[in-house]
Amino acid sequence: MLTAIGKVVESLCIRLGLYAATFASAMKRLTSRPWHGRMLLQQAEEVGVQSLPVVMLTALFTGMVLALQSYIVFHRFAAESLTGLVVSMSVVRELGPVLVGLMVAGRVGAAFAAELGTMRVTEQIDALWTLSTDPVRYLILPRLIAVTLMMPLLVVIADFIGIYGGYAISVHVLDQNPAVYIENTTVYMELPDFYSGIVKAAFFGMLIGLIGCTEGFNCKGGAQGVGTATTRAVVISCMSILISDYFLTAWMFG
Amino acid sequence: MSNQELPRISIRGLCKRFGDKIILDGADLDIMPGKSTTVIGMSGTGKSVLIKCVLGLIKPDSGEILIDGENWLALPEHEQLQRMQRVGMLFQGGALFDSLSVWENVAFSLLRHGTNKAEARQRAIEVLEWVGLHEIEDKMPAELSGGMAKRVGLARTICHKPDIVFFDEPTTGLDPIMSDVINKLIVRLHKDSGTTILSITHDMKSAAMISDRIALLCNGHIHRQIPADELDSDEDPMLRQFIEGRAEGPINCSNWGRQIEEAIQR
Repeated sequence: MLTAIGKVVESLCIRLGLYAATFASAMKRLTSRPWHGRMLLQQAEEVGVQSLPVVMLTALFTGMVLALQSYIVFHRFAAESLTGLVVSMSVVRELGPVLVGLMVAGRVGAAFAAELGTMRVTEQIDALWTLSTDPVRYLILPRLIAVTLMMPLLVVIADFIGIYGGYAISVHVLDQNPAVYIENTTVYMELPDFYSGIVKAAFFGMLIGLIGCTEGFNCKGGAQGVGTATTRAVVISCMSILISDYFLTAWMFG
Repeated sequence: MSNQELPRISIRGLCKRFGDKIILDGADLDIMPGKSTTVIGMSGTGKSVLIKCVLGLIKPDSGEILIDGENWLALPEHEQLQRMQRVGMLFQGGALFDSLSVWENVAFSLLRHGTNKAEARQRAIEVLEWVGLHEIEDKMPAELSGGMAKRVGLARTICHKPDIVFFDEPTTGLDPIMSDVINKLIVRLHKDSGTTILSITHDMKSAAMISDRIALLCNGHIHRQIPADELDSDEDPMLRQFIEGRAEGPINCSNWGRQIEEAIQR
């Protein structure tokens, strides 16, 4: 039993060490040229634009189901007008960044790990070095910056779509007064509610990039290794998002 | 001793272990300027590890690697990268970048170091023609056969005109005709430009064709080095066993020999 616990702790420490080393290595390169701007734009397009459909759909249905659930509960004590407030607060402060984070972890984190993992096992990363190109600067840094910058933008879009989803259900299906809905949505919401979601999004983006890139970059053992790295990247990213979300919320609103 | 007589690459007491397994155990090897040296040895003896240590892709546990008298491993990372412009490496599987077209792969080093796009593309086309590939510059690596990918890899290796070129199993996985094509290209590169070459292979035909000197890596160190033209006459029992491809002999392959015998008996 103790041996098993020891092994888990050892494995956890190794992974944390790897993530810290990759992060330090990337940050060290942030202040000096070359920055590979074309790679950054390409990654930003892949992370941001190509994640839009899945993010929009997730946000829309989350807002809709949240409105429906809130309305059912509030109806029991005649407080249906608070539906808009609950939907907007939940989406902006919590569900937006977390759900977008989970979606991006599944799509982008997995892609980073699989792509870099394949490059590792087919010696493409070694080839970069022999072509006098720094693999961390060329592969990891643009991905890390792209996902950290794109996540807040995706979350802003998800916030608006989620709130609209709630509005559409409340007004068009549940026959709520649109003016009251909008008033309750806007009056009680404060700027820190919005900012907190953006800060969380950037932090989650950084986690997704760091975990996906580290797992892929340090991948070993052929096709099976790439599979393991990809699975691990998604699982660890999702867990990290959920765990860090609690601590970020406690820090920002505690 | 004149500069011409100083080794271009000097490997001294190179040691590397992975866990309990000792891969390199004090390997020593000198590669003279303008010479083509090939390291031969059984699979798993550490040939690739040796070449990767020289290139800084694997950090050795101890030992020294001097290139033109300079210990590259002791240099900061950015200086190692700068010096890599003098080096070319052909990987076993080609290691072409999947997301880039053939010409972008070939001209990768030029594009990264400031050559303009039109000039880099022109140079890539010239080198592709040199390796016998025409009008494939806009194809993607996934569209190439194994032999073509290897030749594109060779074109990428030499596109930036390196002084030293490394070949990791240049003919592995290729049919005999394509192997001959690759061997002839390596010989041509060596003759035309006087490039210093370090290759690793277990293909004896290739080793005999492309090398000035041959070194046998066995039990973690260089067991024997001879000029390539003495390959047939050398009497060293280990070298003979390897050249003749016999399971019986001083090279220790008794473990898997016994396992195969047991499997046959079962």
